[in-house]
Amino acid sequence: MLKEENKIFKNLYNNLGWEIDNAIKRDDWKDTKNLISKGREWIISEVKTSELRGRGGAGFSTGLKWSFAPKEVGSRPHYLVINADESEPGTCKDRDILRFEPQKLIEGCLIAGYAVNAHICYIYIRGEYFNEGKRLQEAINQAYAKNYLGKNACGSGWDFDIHIHFGAGAYICGEETALLESIEGNKGQPRLKPPFPALVGLYGCPTIVNNVETIAVVPTILRRGGKWFASMGKPKNTGTKIFCISGNVNLPCNVEEEMGIPLKDLIEKHAGGVVGGWKNLQAVIPGGSSMPLLSKKICDTITMDFDSLIENKSGLGTAGIVVINKDQDIVECMARIARFYKHESCGQCTPCREGSGWMWRILDRVVKRKATFSDINLLSDVTKQIEGHTICAFGEGSAWPVQGLLRHFRKEVESRCREEPLIKKKIDNPYLVDQHLLENKNA
Amino acid sequence: MSLKKVHDNQPNDFKFSEENLKKAEEILTKYPEKNQKSAVMPFLYLAQKQNNNWIPLAAMKYIANYLSMPYISVYEIATFYSMYNLAPVGKHFIQVCTTTPCLIRGADKIVKLCKEKISKNENEISKNGNCSWMEVECLGACVSAPMIQINDDYYEDLDEKSTLEILDSLIKDKPLKPGSYRGRKNTAPEKQSINGEKHA
Repeated sequence: MLKEENKIFKNLYNNLGWEIDNAIKRDDWKDTKNLISKGREWIISEVKTSELRGRGGAGFSTGLKWSFAPKEVGSRPHYLVINADESEPGTCKDRDILRFEPQKLIEGCLIAGYAVNAHICYIYIRGEYFNEGKRLQEAINQAYAKNYLGKNACGSGWDFDIHIHFGAGAYICGEETALLESIEGNKGQPRLKPPFPALVGLYGCPTIVNNVETIAVVPTILRRGGKWFASMGKPKNTGTKIFCISGNVNLPCNVEEEMGIPLKDLIEKHAGGVVGGWKNLQAVIPGGSSMPLLSKKICDTITMDFDSLIENKSGLGTAGIVVINKDQDIVECMARIARFYKHESCGQCTPCREGSGWMWRILDRVVKRKATFSDINLLSDVTKQIEGHTICAFGEGSAWPVQGLLRHFRKEVESRCREEPLIKKKIDNPYLVDQHLLENKNA
Repeated sequence: MSLKKVHDNQPNDFKFSEENLKKAEEILTKYPEKNQKSAVMPFLYLAQKQNNNWIPLAAMKYIANYLSMPYISVYEIATFYSMYNLAPVGKHFIQVCTTTPCLIRGADKIVKLCKEKISKNENEISKNGNCSWMEVECLGACVSAPMIQINDDYYEDLDEKSTLEILDSLIKDKPLKPGSYRGRKNTAPEKQSINGEKHA
């Protein structure tokens, strides 16, 4: 269990008050001027020492990302963009940071902005978080009132402004380049990479995009030292992380814990255990809906960090843990996730636009026990055709959960299929045609 | 991509109110001068707020003019993002999250209640004319599942009984307070009861 003194987010449940005066009592904005005066090199090297990995899902080294920003500002200004478009099913950690620890985020923005030479920061909040955005705006206003932001922010000699930009209900805008498109006033459709945003980002200028949680932990890391952060967790998977435990647990909650904590401990100690006891566990989605699920056997021993989950063909993602017990129909759960991806695909790349709906239709047939055995191979084939053939990682995000289902629950899926095909009369099918569509005249 | 239908009865004219004009000018200061187009999303929100929570085509044309961008680009954005309503919705607009984490804690029961109490189909204004509901994808409050959003507010930790109460209060036009309906504090774990069965 993480010691109370090592917790970064002490006000995760709003027991201590979110206002700036309360936040200052919790050591926010303490010595910020001093930290900044130590210089960019020091800030970036300290973040590198901490081995902080991005908390938004991909787990990329934060210090490394910052060092990609051009060292000198050229003709184009630099931007810092914070990704608060938290829409991954199973994840609700950023919401609590926005509501209850906004000063940590704002202070982190100033430090990160200074480190990457940015004077302007945009925080992109999902549109549904209207109240959270309002709260953050109040917090920003409080910070302005104390001169922590604006001209000569916090006495550091650095001018810094923060603006909030609301999204409007598109999951894809959590992808960093889609998010930039959205701020620019376009449809949120991801861009081809390279060039990466660090060189050509918002308005064609160098831009660093970070998740809310990543930025919010930076001030504490600098204050207590990168070594302190690196001493927690496992090598290369250091520090603490907010885990969101939802689904069939007795006490669903958000909790900050050390990286590398065993999943079983997390569920039993913090979330009150699985409904019906550990033996009633069917599967766990460990990192938000785009990460493949884990079977109970793996859950018995798995630890929650980036690398051990990758070893088990899954991933930590955003650490949104969805627990599914044996009372649930696992195929229906995954079919619903497939429907989510069908709904949220931005429609730019054909494999994803067509494939996500296709996967959902097949899974829906399995749920209704109308699928044939050949459908299972077809499904597995479709996931392979999407994976790696799209501009952004959404393709993988939609294909992986289905692959996870087939990997761990193939027998369950097969038991719902029937032998005879849906279409009785023989049709000369071209490769990979969705049989079900042939029933429609205009297919 | 969401499928949205533009409303049949469109007003001919749309203009920002005095108050919204001021807000619009304020929004424009957030973005660089040559990138005024960025303001299109906040402008659409303003238009939606001003026009009883839906955006008429006239408003899109107005915004396109305001920001000197092609009308089709504004139309594109208004249809791409799911939170812009292109047809009237109820004064109390209920969005039920039905993605997996909510589904496994009983979101389907809430959908059923909405069908019984509000209207048979999604996006249909209720008989008394002040409510409508729709299913939406993950609203990002998974540890408080199942939950619904009514206008801007989250109603969390619901069950059938509390949902009924909330829906009734909406029909009577006296909405109950948002927040957790199991009396828990934000996303903290609740105290476990002795038999360990304090859950939906």
